[in-house]
Formats: sequence, structure tokens, C-alpha cells
Amino acid sequence: MENAKKNMKFSTHSVSNENREGLKAWLNPFGYGWERVSYWLQRLTGVFLLIYFVGHVIETSSIIGGPDVWNSMLQLTQTPAGHLFLILVIGTSTFHSANGIRLIFTHLGKGLGEPGRPDYPYSPSSLNYRQKSGIWVALILAAFAMLFGVQVLFGKG
Amino acid sequence: MKIHYVTGVCALFVVAIHIIMRLIMPFSASLTYNNVIGNYHNIFYALLLEIILVLIAVHGFNGLRIILLELRQNRTWEKYVSYGTIIASIAIIAFGTRTIIFANGLEL
Amino acid sequence: MSFGTSVRGDFVMAAKTVTLRIYRTIGKMKGTSNYDEFEVPIQRWTTVLDGLLYAKSYLDSSIGIRYSCRMASCGSCGMKINGTPRLACYTKFSELNTSLIICEPLGNFPIIRDLVTDFSQFFKHHKNLEPYIQNKSADIDNKKDLSWFRQTPEDVDKYLQFSYCIKCGLCYSACPSVATDSKFPGPQALAQEYRYFSDSRDDASKKRLNLVDTNHGIWRCHFAGSCSKVCPKGVDPALGIQLMRGHLMKFSKSSMKKAKLEFIHSDDYSGTDG
Repeated sequence: MENAKKNMKFSTHSVSNENREGLKAWLNPFGYGWERVSYWLQRLTGVFLLIYFVGHVIETSSIIGGPDVWNSMLQLTQTPAGHLFLILVIGTSTFHSANGIRLIFTHLGKGLGEPGRPDYPYSPSSLNYRQKSGIWVALILAAFAMLFGVQVLFGKG
Repeated sequence: MKIHYVTGVCALFVVAIHIIMRLIMPFSASLTYNNVIGNYHNIFYALLLEIILVLIAVHGFNGLRIILLELRQNRTWEKYVSYGTIIASIAIIAFGTRTIIFANGLEL
Repeated sequence: MSFGTSVRGDFVMAAKTVTLRIYRTIGKMKGTSNYDEFEVPIQRWTTVLDGLLYAKSYLDSSIGIRYSCRMASCGSCGMKINGTPRLACYTKFSELNTSLIICEPLGNFPIIRDLVTDFSQFFKHHKNLEPYIQNKSADIDNKKDLSWFRQTPEDVDKYLQFSYCIKCGLCYSACPSVATDSKFPGPQALAQEYRYFSDSRDDASKKRLNLVDTNHGIWRCHFAGSCSKVCPKGVDPALGIQLMRGHLMKFSKSSMKKAKLEFIHSDDYSGTDG
């Protein structure tokens, strides 16, 4: 008891990051439902697309070098791995866009329902089926976009 | 965050146009040197690319800034993250603009 | 036959037992944590708190655990049960459907001992957002005039849900933004801010919006929905935060009708009293 009291005093004086879950919390999407998965995917796709964007700006700068440099750059994505990377870009950008639109609406407080009188068993109105189906639609759209990408990129070859 | 929503929605539209330009003809044909350089010579397409460049750079690096700001809470870190992402987005915009200007004026 | 043995006898008669794996520490020393396992008899209605108290009573009296009401209204016994923040008194073994129950202290809170966590920072965030009704027209200082507010049931419905918060810290523990950002007030504090913001008796709306409109304020919420998922009282903090953000971006109209303040002169009041 004495010890606990002393510890309590100690921790009020330090701004503590102790026992915070840290990066592990946002890197693990499981256990909290679809919204947590959407949060996780939105961030990962965002980081991935930023990397792609920087790479895209750098690779397209080869257009200045003339046809030869441009064509040798194009060879980079003419491999199966390059195709897969492009398909991933298509899928992630579709998901990031569709889910992003949903998130803008929710962040503006739309589509979440109204506060009311909660009754047991509680089902939070902000985690309603409109939100969940928004996430599912984004995932399905991304899957279709990737299928389209497969058709375009692998169909000819 | 407001800037994030605005650039996000705007980028969505211009990127859609950018992708449609690649899809109105067979994909591999659209990427030949002559076609692409022809695109760059069209002043409207060049402008579109410039707008995309700015919007995505701001949106992307602001997103990165948000992720990084949440990781640590002290003044130095916040300063480094904010200035770092601003400099990075300016650098990528400058680099992309250089490509657009050179490609646009290459055979004028 | 004493009462104690008869209670124990009932437990022994129970058909099933489960294994409770409890996180143990020695003070705050790093690297001293380990897990202790206890066999606990259960009935259909046995809660995790009952199981923990059984272990504390009969198996190891040194288990550190904080609890009070045993009926989900004090918010003391929040802990991570099988990886999810839950109230121990509000979780039955039968709904967990496993024979191994892992009890750990809440994440994002400093550990004091075993399952007991330090809430001082959590409450500090709560206090920083001024969770009380502020109204300049109410005569609080002089108390010369008695006054009251009239609210319709519709006015009450706007904030009632958020006022059910018991400060158990489950949302704070579940939030992925809190996990890395120590300056972020967390879902609980922000939802309480909206509770007072949407209360028609409160007239400090502008101040409240400014309080949360900071670098580490309301913008650090990304609607992962985990807070609402784990809330044991149906408070739905995520809803409050998003609604508040709608007001902050002037997307939702804040044409909130203010409750009417009615004054009674103290003379009149004493007159009716006498």
C-alpha cells in the first residue's frame, strides 16, 4: 500500500509514456472491428502511395532524357513483379480514395446517426452499417480495380 | 486536417482525369515516348500535371506529417517533422515542375 | 458450518474450471513482470471479477486488483481480458468461450502493480477540457437570485448518452492515437467536451471549440472506432468527437437553442418557504 502510494506520486510528476502501446497499436488492426481495419489500411495505403508518388515523379523525369532513356525506364515495370506493383498501386489508390471520401463525411459528423438513449446490449450508432458497408464497398471497389489492372497488364502479355 | 480533406477531394478529380488519359487508348500504346511527350506539349495537360503534383505532394506529405507528429511529443520533434515534410514537398514539387517545363519546351 | 466454507463448497460443486493467467509485477521495476496461473471454478453467471476475487481469497492474497461496485457503474476494474479492454465485473467467463483467460493491466496507462493502473494523466486530460457547465448569466457567485434552466427532453437527449461515461479508461486504452500521443486528450475527454458543448445550459461553446482545436487535440482522432467498440456504457465517444468536429469545421449548424434561465428573487423564494 505504501509502495503504491509512493509510485502514484512519482507518476503524477512525470509526463509519462510508460506502458503506452506505441506503434504496435496502429500496426495491429485486429480485435476492434472493421473501423480499426479501415484506419490501418488508410494509413498503410497512404504511406505506400506516397512512396509510389515520389518514385513516379522521379521515374517520369526520364522523359527529358529522350526516347531511349524513357524506354529503358519503361522496362522497369515490364516484369511480372513490376506489373504486380502497378496492380497494387491501382488497388491501394482506389481503396484510399473511396474510404477517404467516407472518412471525410464521418469527420464532418455525417452518416453517424444521432445521440440517443443507449439501451443494453449497447450498439454504438457511430459503428453502424452505413459505415461498415462504406468500408466494404471501398474494399470491393479496390478488388475490382485490381482485377481490371490484371486484365490490362497481364491480358496482353 | 482541413487542408488534408480539401487537397484529398481535389486530387481525386484531377488524378481521375490523369488516369483516364492513360486509358482512352491501349495502355501500352499510351506510354510510348511520342504519345507522352505529345501530352506534355499540350499546355492544358501540363497544367493538369502541375496541379496534381502540388495537390498530391501537399496531401501526401501532410499525411506523413500527421503520422509522424503522433509518434513523439516534444517541440524539437514537431519542428523537425513539420519543416522536414514542408521541405520534402517543396523539393518534390520543384523536381516535378522541372520535368514538366523541360518536357513541355523540349522541341519547341 | 461457517458461511465461508459453504460458499467455497458451492464453488467446488461447480462443474467447470477455467485457468486465469494474471499479469504480475513487483512494484514498478522493469523486467519483473510475469504471469501467474490460477484454476478458478466457474458457473454460468461467474464474472471475471468474481474469478479474480476467488483467486485473491483462496489462492494468492497478494494479487493487486482495484474494484468497487461490481456492477459496471464505478469504472474501477477496467483491464485487458484476452487482449481487449473490458470491465472485469461486466465480463462473464461464459461469454469468453475459452478455458484460458488472460488478465493484463490496461494498455496506455502506467502500471502501479499487477492489474492496477495509474489514472492521473487520464484525469488530467479530462480536467484540462473543463468538464463542467459554464454559463455567464447564471448567478453562481452571489447566490442572491435563485435560478434554474428549463430543458426539454429533446435537449436532454442531445447529451444524455455522453453523460453516462464512468471514466473507466477502456476507450483511452483502446485508442490507437493515445497509444503514441501523450498530449492527445483521448476519446473520453473529447466525448465529455462534446457532452458539455451540446448541453443547452452551457454557453462556452466557442471556448470549448478552441480548447480542442490544437495540434494534439481533436484532429488526432482518425475514427478507428475502437473507443465506441469497447465502451461498456454505450457512450459512443467516437460519435461525440465526430459531431464536435462537424461543428468545428462549421459544417454542422451550431444554432443550438439555449436553455432559458429563469430567476426567482430570494424574497419570493423565502416567502413560499415560510
